[in-house]
Amino acid sequence: MTILLNGEARDLAPGTTVRALLDALDVPGGARGVAVAVDAEVVPRGEWETTELDEGARVEVLRAIQGG
Amino acid sequence: MSVTDTAADPLTISGRELGSRLLLGTGGFRSLESLAAAIEASGSELVTVALRRIDPEARGSLVDVLDAAGVQLLPNTAGCFTARDAVLTAKLAREAFGTDWVKLEVIGDDRTLLPDAPALLEAAEELVDAGFVVLPYTNDDPILARRLEDVGCAAVMPLGSPIGSGMGLLNTYNLRLIREHAGVPVILDAGVGTASDAALAMELGCDAVLCASAISRAEDPVAMAKAIRLGVEGGRLAARAGRIPRRLFAQASTPEDGVARF
Repeated sequence: MTILLNGEARDLAPGTTVRALLDALDVPGGARGVAVAVDAEVVPRGEWETTELDEGARVEVLRAIQGG
Repeated sequence: MSVTDTAADPLTISGRELGSRLLLGTGGFRSLESLAAAIEASGSELVTVALRRIDPEARGSLVDVLDAAGVQLLPNTAGCFTARDAVLTAKLAREAFGTDWVKLEVIGDDRTLLPDAPALLEAAEELVDAGFVVLPYTNDDPILARRLEDVGCAAVMPLGSPIGSGMGLLNTYNLRLIREHAGVPVILDAGVGTASDAALAMELGCDAVLCASAISRAEDPVAMAKAIRLGVEGGRLAARAGRIPRRLFAQASTPEDGVARF
């Protein structure tokens, strides 16, 4: 299946979870400073393990940067 | 309490005491090492961060550096042009950083980066209702500042001049009116170019100053961090010391009685 990750198409195995996607992106376990939205809704980190991505999901994976 | 005792003069935002009245923005520093040194020189205890799409090439952990400095994080919603985007970004920041404090920015124009007043007010109200401690970056508009306080913002942060412009305080009259009316801390945000701008903001009665580019883009960020820190402290002391009134004509400081007649 194909999702939209940070604005770019990405092929994933069906049933891939948010956590598995983060692992594929080399985002470490604790990941303070990282946040995930799927289809413009926050996915709390407590639900990363259980949230499966659907075909066409719009996923934003954000990290802390300097600013403000 | 002596007015010279800065340790006994904390800034209180939403029940939290901060020993420093200088908030540091982290944007624009050339390296994490430079940022860490500037944080130390600034004495700041509350430091902004932003969220952007993950970059596999990024090196070093900003959060680790800020945690090592012992500062509280203040996530911003920079880059948001709608209330919807700002609210979602604030909620993501709460997840990312484990804080419900947010520097709320809703920008109306990408050349001036001036706030979009109606969208700012809408986002502020929604975030307050969702339990956030909202510190809105706002225009130097006394009525808008009052509206933001009315919907429950924990502070108001009027601009001195546009973000990164270094033009200082363009409308000191409005800033004084905002301070006159506000029941929450007033934090001068944006436009500071150098230490005297920060001192002037504090002399006008502002409770704190937030500063990024003036420090991060200075030739020597650490020296400027210290200079602006001293500007904030000097301005705060001056505001509490009670300045003399302005006069049109001179008033001799040396007694006129007993002057020799030759």
